Amino acid sequence: MMRFLLPAGVFAALALVLFIGVQRAPEKSVIPSALIGQPAPQFELPILGTNDGFNNASLQGQWYLLNVWGTWCPECVNEHQMLLEIARSQVLPMIGLNWKDEDAAAQRWLTQLGDPYDVVAVDRDGRVAIDWGVYGAPETFLINDRGLVEYKHVGAMTLNVWREQFLTRIPRAPPATGGER
Amino acid sequence: MRSRVWPFLLGLCEILAGTLGASTQAWAIDPIEMSDPILQERYRSLTQELRCMQCQNQSIADSPVGLAGDLRREVRELLESGSTDAEIREYMRARYGDFILFRPRFSVQNLWLWLTPVALLLIGVIVAVRIVRQRAAMVANDPSEPGEGAS
Repeated sequence: MMRFLLPAGVFAALALVLFIGVQRAPEKSVIPSALIGQPAPQFELPILGTNDGFNNASLQGQWYLLNVWGTWCPECVNEHQMLLEIARSQVLPMIGLNWKDEDAAAQRWLTQLGDPYDVVAVDRDGRVAIDWGVYGAPETFLINDRGLVEYKHVGAMTLNVWREQFLTRIPRAPPATGGER
Repeated sequence: MRSRVWPFLLGLCEILAGTLGASTQAWAIDPIEMSDPILQERYRSLTQELRCMQCQNQSIADSPVGLAGDLRREVRELLESGSTDAEIREYMRARYGDFILFRPRFSVQNLWLWLTPVALLLIGVIVAVRIVRQRAAMVANDPSEPGEGAS
């Protein structure tokens, strides 16, 4: 009896392991960020279209988004409408990190498609992106009020991702209107 | 017979030469030579054990994409500033996670990765020993077995 049960059992166990592996393949293609729970890397970069600099230390103590984009990035077009909607909802400031792009192209993009960003920092040689562990645009980081990286989404922002992964993590806006309920 | 074998061998040689050619071309992705041959050698081996995060089955030494180039530049600058190989690996790991290292670290999270082969080997040894013992016992106990006593 063992003669049949043992191989059958091994086969069933292997089949189960492989089945779970195949089922989870899509989520495994996204590499988890090493920065979750770590302090957000600091940077000082020029602001797009100006001579001024931007330092993300200026956002200390508040929640913000950092969206990594470039005009060369096809998925960035797809998420742009969603970014504009997020900006309109005024939940939190959104910083754009224009990654390895050309200033003129980036400015043209924002005039044509609309500008969802409070500030666009220009990372022309990609050094800041490396500090943030960016490996493909678009990527969107959520930074909390303690200056820690709370979450990172790789790929285009969608309504579902925004609702399920971001809004659930951001505490409700300070009760300026007397709080909810 | 001989006439049929030769074209085949020649074809094989051509394929081999072709792949060799391709691999030397892959080298041309990164023509950078560092001033110091020792640094150059460390640079070469480090860039080969760091994964290109965009094209995940290539090292940053083999990949032509922009990010791989940026990471090579980072490695180069760290080497020039006197960082050790371990520091450079840690620098990359802190930013991109364990995934960037082709040679995984020995850590609590990676424990299963290192210990599974040892565990499997142990199971194999135990099973093998038991089978050998069982067979030995069978031979010793069975008088009809034409084993030791038969001759």
